[in-house]
Formats: sequence, structure tokens, C-alpha cells
Amino acid sequence: MTVREATRGWDGPAILVEGLRKSFGEVQALRGIDLEVARGQVLGMLGPNGAGKTTAVKVLTTLLAPDAGRALVEGRDVVHSAAAVREIIGLAGQSAAIQEELTGRENLEIMGRLYHLTKGESRHRAAQLLERFDLEDAADRPAKGYSGGMARRLDLAASLVARPAVLFLDEPTTGLDPRSRMGMWEVIRELVGEGATLLLTTQYLEEADELADQIVVIDHGEVIAAGTGEELKNRIGGDVVEFVVADRTHVDTAVAAVATLGEGSPSVDRETGQVSVRVGAAGSNALVDAVRALDAAGVRSEGLGIRRPSLDDVFLALTGHGADSAPETRGRRGRRSGRPEHAGAR
Amino acid sequence: MTTVAHPAPNAIHAPSPSFGDRLRYGWADTANLTRRDIKIWTRNPAFLVFAVIQPVMFVLLFRYVFGGAIPTTVPGGYVNYLMPGIIAQSAAFASFGTAIALARQMQRGVIDRFRSMPMARSAVLLGRLAADTLRLTVTVIVVLGVGYAVGFRFLTGIGPAIGMLVLGIVFGVAICTISAFVGMAIRDEESVGSFGLIWLFPLTFVSSAFVTVRTMPGWLQAFANNQPVTIVIDEMRAMALGGPLVEHGWQSAAWLAGIFVVFIPLAVRAYRRS
Ligand SMILES: Nc1ncnc2c1ncn2[C@@H]1O[C@H](COP(=O)(O)OP(=O)(O)OP(=O)(O)O)[C@@H](O)[C@H]1O
Ligand SMILES: [Mg+2]
Repeated sequence: MTVREATRGWDGPAILVEGLRKSFGEVQALRGIDLEVARGQVLGMLGPNGAGKTTAVKVLTTLLAPDAGRALVEGRDVVHSAAAVREIIGLAGQSAAIQEELTGRENLEIMGRLYHLTKGESRHRAAQLLERFDLEDAADRPAKGYSGGMARRLDLAASLVARPAVLFLDEPTTGLDPRSRMGMWEVIRELVGEGATLLLTTQYLEEADELADQIVVIDHGEVIAAGTGEELKNRIGGDVVEFVVADRTHVDTAVAAVATLGEGSPSVDRETGQVSVRVGAAGSNALVDAVRALDAAGVRSEGLGIRRPSLDDVFLALTGHGADSAPETRGRRGRRSGRPEHAGAR
Repeated sequence: MTTVAHPAPNAIHAPSPSFGDRLRYGWADTANLTRRDIKIWTRNPAFLVFAVIQPVMFVLLFRYVFGGAIPTTVPGGYVNYLMPGIIAQSAAFASFGTAIALARQMQRGVIDRFRSMPMARSAVLLGRLAADTLRLTVTVIVVLGVGYAVGFRFLTGIGPAIGMLVLGIVFGVAICTISAFVGMAIRDEESVGSFGLIWLFPLTFVSSAFVTVRTMPGWLQAFANNQPVTIVIDEMRAMALGGPLVEHGWQSAAWLAGIFVVFIPLAVRAYRRS
């Protein structure tokens, strides 16, 4: 089915979610989520472990029935028209759902058959996707031997076999090394160029910033902020002056020196000696002021600079905790370590 | 079809596929998944061990190690007593593969992906059972072959002999439906591997499979005599060696039908809910 066929008869948003709630016993995984994604747009759903991202994706892909609220995918209700929703969506879940005993090619061909393509079509589509995802060399080897990045790419390819109009990717790059992640981003950008609507979840703030037109930040089952990456950054009030204090024992002196520059108190990482001050719209004036203030206090600093706020700053400002310090942190692969303020600013 | 403007457009009504289409797709999905599951099975050395080597070891162990110590009045000696029991037992234990494969697919998200696709709800389970029926049949035939090599002989005709094999296979498939439910309910390969099928041990060993129930203590006899494994094995034994077929035949049919009626819906429900 082409995007055009899949979306006939509906000119509302590709994804529309209203007041969605879902509990697992005591745990309220979703507490009334509202979302809207225009056709052909990318929505980045950003949240820490346990925020409810996977639960939202599962409801939207008909795997879980919500307790309340409704969700439409291209106008089809995920509860009442689940079969029709399944016709037009693709899902790459949080773990790579590939069959290890089968080769990459076999994995894709069987998907084609299960989407009711003919044998010839399945074969053709599999070959096409293998080429596109740079898996041709490994195509006829069992997927057991694939690297994490290859397995992820195969998994994504499998979700595309039937050319879905709306695609759901649950943490597509978690557990990948930086190079594989860049590769994945490139692939995702290309996909979007072809007119599909995409909802992707991520814990990587930079990833949402890179890929998404719109971002919703969710925490404890609620949308706590929504907008473009730019809007979210503006929300916390402009630029950040940042520097590292060379001599750790002078950190307090440095903080006192720059305290009056910003709006609110500077944030400090005592381990690395890094100090950040939000300076609002003061821009490069603030930078000059900071240099003077530090000089006057006799503090030697390194890497003094001004930057646009990262989404990590946004997250900290919105939730009062970093993106990594969710209460129920479950052990999982590929998690970042270190302080959240630094993670997004590479 | 009109679309009410934002903020609350009505959902469009998507026509559901006709009954004929559903049937056609259901059949195609099941066939494709069966082929897929067979392919996976043939590439997995662990399954080969389960399906062939382990049952053969059981035959040899009971025939030569325990066999001498177990008195029997059956014509042809202990090997004739043993074979119907061990065929049923091998068929039942083949369901390990069913539970583990489904738990693994659950865990890896393969089942979630299937559930997000326009596929018949029962196809995953039926495809799995079809592939496992074939696997069971291979196991049963190998075990029977080894049995023949170590002295087993059918004492009846070709009809009852085939009947015994078919009953053994149907019994195995029934146990597979229970295992399918267990595998999808537990959803964790390791847990299924270590305790998911522990219930099979008392069921197969506290039965007439290897020894006559009369040698057990009275309280155990009450269980052994009235549980389905004994009933099915007694019927298989009567088919292989001669004896009254009717009473245990009806009871076997009732038990097997009961297992299918209860566990297929349970397994389908576990699949939908996962
Ligand atoms: N099947 C379930 N049974 C019970 N609790 C569940 C279940 N699935 C999710 N939860 C709980 O619901 C909450 C939201 O989980 P969810 O998996 O949606 O989070 P997430 O944002 O995807 O997290 P992660 O980044 O770790 O994948 C968590 O507290 C989780 O423990
Ligand atoms: Mg998740």
C-alpha cells in the first residue's frame, strides 16, 4: 500500500492521541497523553527510563489496549479498527526483533510473505532493502553473527517491508556505538524524505534534536513539554556561558564571581570543575563580563565559551532532574553514564 | 466520508476484510509461519539434541540399564512394554521446543512485531503447532526405529500399529498446546528452560510409561491410574500389543479433546495479551 492509498479519506493529523491512559496494576504508565503529528512529520518522544515511551508506542501499534482516551493512526482507531491500523504501520520495537537462525535475506522475505506480498515481490523488496541498509555482504549469513548495528538495521528494514505510511521506532539507536548511530540517523532521515510519518522514542536528547520536527518530552507518563527543539531551548531562556575551573579548590570563588551574570544560580559539576551560567539574551556581552569577573577574582578558567542550551538543559529545567536520574532505573544495555548536562553537548 | 474539523475529528470507519479473505490470509499466514518454524528448527543444533538424541538415549537407558530390573508379564518382554510408553514420553518432551521457541520470540519482540502486522491472530500458534507436529513425527519415527533395533515388535496388525503412532503424535501435540501456553505466559527463555516444564516429569514418570502402576504405593496409584498419560499409554499399548481398546480409547479421546479445548484458547489469549 502506498502512503497515498493508506491515507485516503482522512485529512487530519497522521497520529492523533487524546487523553491516553494506561496502568499496569499500581503503576500509571500513561496519565493522559495528548499528541498530534502531521503527515510526513517526525515526532521525537523524549523521556528517561520508565517514562512511558514504550507503553505509548505499544498502544499506538495496537499491542496494548488503553484504559482511557483514544488514539487514531491516519484516522483509524487503534482499538476499534486495529486491523486497519496494522495495514498501514511499521514497528521496530525496543529490542531487535529478528530471527537469529535465519539469514538477513530470509528474515526480510518472510516478512514480505506475512504482509501478503507475492513470493517475487517479497524477494525483490528484500533485495532492495538489503542494499539500502548496507547489508548486502551479510545478506546470506545467519543473523546470529550480526553486530548490534547490523541487527538494528535489519530490524528497521523489516519494519519497512510493506512501505508503511506511519512508522514507529522505539529507541532505534539505543546500544549502538556513535558511528552506527550516525549511520542510523542517516537512514532515518532518508526515510522521512519519502513522505512517511515517523514517531521515534529516544533517551538521547541530541537524537531528538537531530531527527525530529516536533519533540514531546514525557516523564512519569505525562507530556511535560512540547515544541520544536528550538522552542524548547528558548523556553529555558537563552544562552549558557560555560567554563571549567582549572584549580578545583577555586570553584566556589568562581561561582561567586559569575553569580550575578545569570538569571538564577550557576550549576556546578564539582568533579570536573565545570560551571554553567544561563545568561538569557545577554549573549557575547555576558561572555566578556564573565572573563572580567573571573579575572578580577583571580580564577584561571579553561574552555570558556558560550553555547545554545542543549536539550539536556531543557530536561533539567523542566523536571528538576537530569534525563538519567529517573527513579526506576532498570538495568539495560547501552546506557550513557556521567552527568546529564554534558551528554548532549558534544 | 466527512471529517469533522479539529479538535475532535471522528475516526474513519475502516471496512474489515471479508470472511473469505480472512480465511485465505489465515491459511497463507499459517503455512508461511510453519515453513519458517521448520527452517529455524533445522538450523538449531539444540533442537536436534532434543528431538532425536535425547529420546534415543532414553530408549537405550531403559532397555538395557533399568529394563533388567523391571519384571513384566507382557509378551515379548520389557522392551515391548517400554516402547509405547517411551514414544508417548518422547512426544510429550518434544514440547520443550514449543515452549522455548515461543518464549524466546516473546522475549525478543518477534511476537510483538507479528502482532503489529495484519496477520491472523491464531496463525503464530497454528504455524508453530504444525511445525512441531512434523518435528514430533520425526522423533516418534526415530524412537520407533531404535526400538525395533533393540527388539521391540508390534504384536497386532498394521492398522493398530499406525493407530498407536498417530495417538502418540496427537498426544504430543496436545502437550505442545499446554507448553505453548506456558511458554507465552512465562515469556522468558531461561525460566522456561529451567522450570517451565517441570510438571511434565511427574506426569510422565508417575504413569504406566515405564513400570506397571501396581508396583507403586497405593496413594500414588490413585493418581497414576487416573491421569491422562497413563490412560493414553495404556491405549497405545493395547494397540501395539493387543488387548481391549474401547474403554481407554474413549477416555483418551476425551482427555485429548479436553486439553485442546482448554489450552488452545488459553494460548491464543496469551498471544493476544502479551
Ligand atoms: N507489562 C508491564 N507490566 C507492569 N508494568 C509495566 C509493564 N510495562 C511497563 N510497565 C511500567 O510502566 C512504566 C512505563 O514503562 P515503559 O516501558 O513505557 O517506559 P519507557 O519510557 O519505554 O522506558 P525505557 O526507556 O526504559 O524503555 C514503567 O514504570 C514500567 O515499569
Ligand atoms: Mg521503552
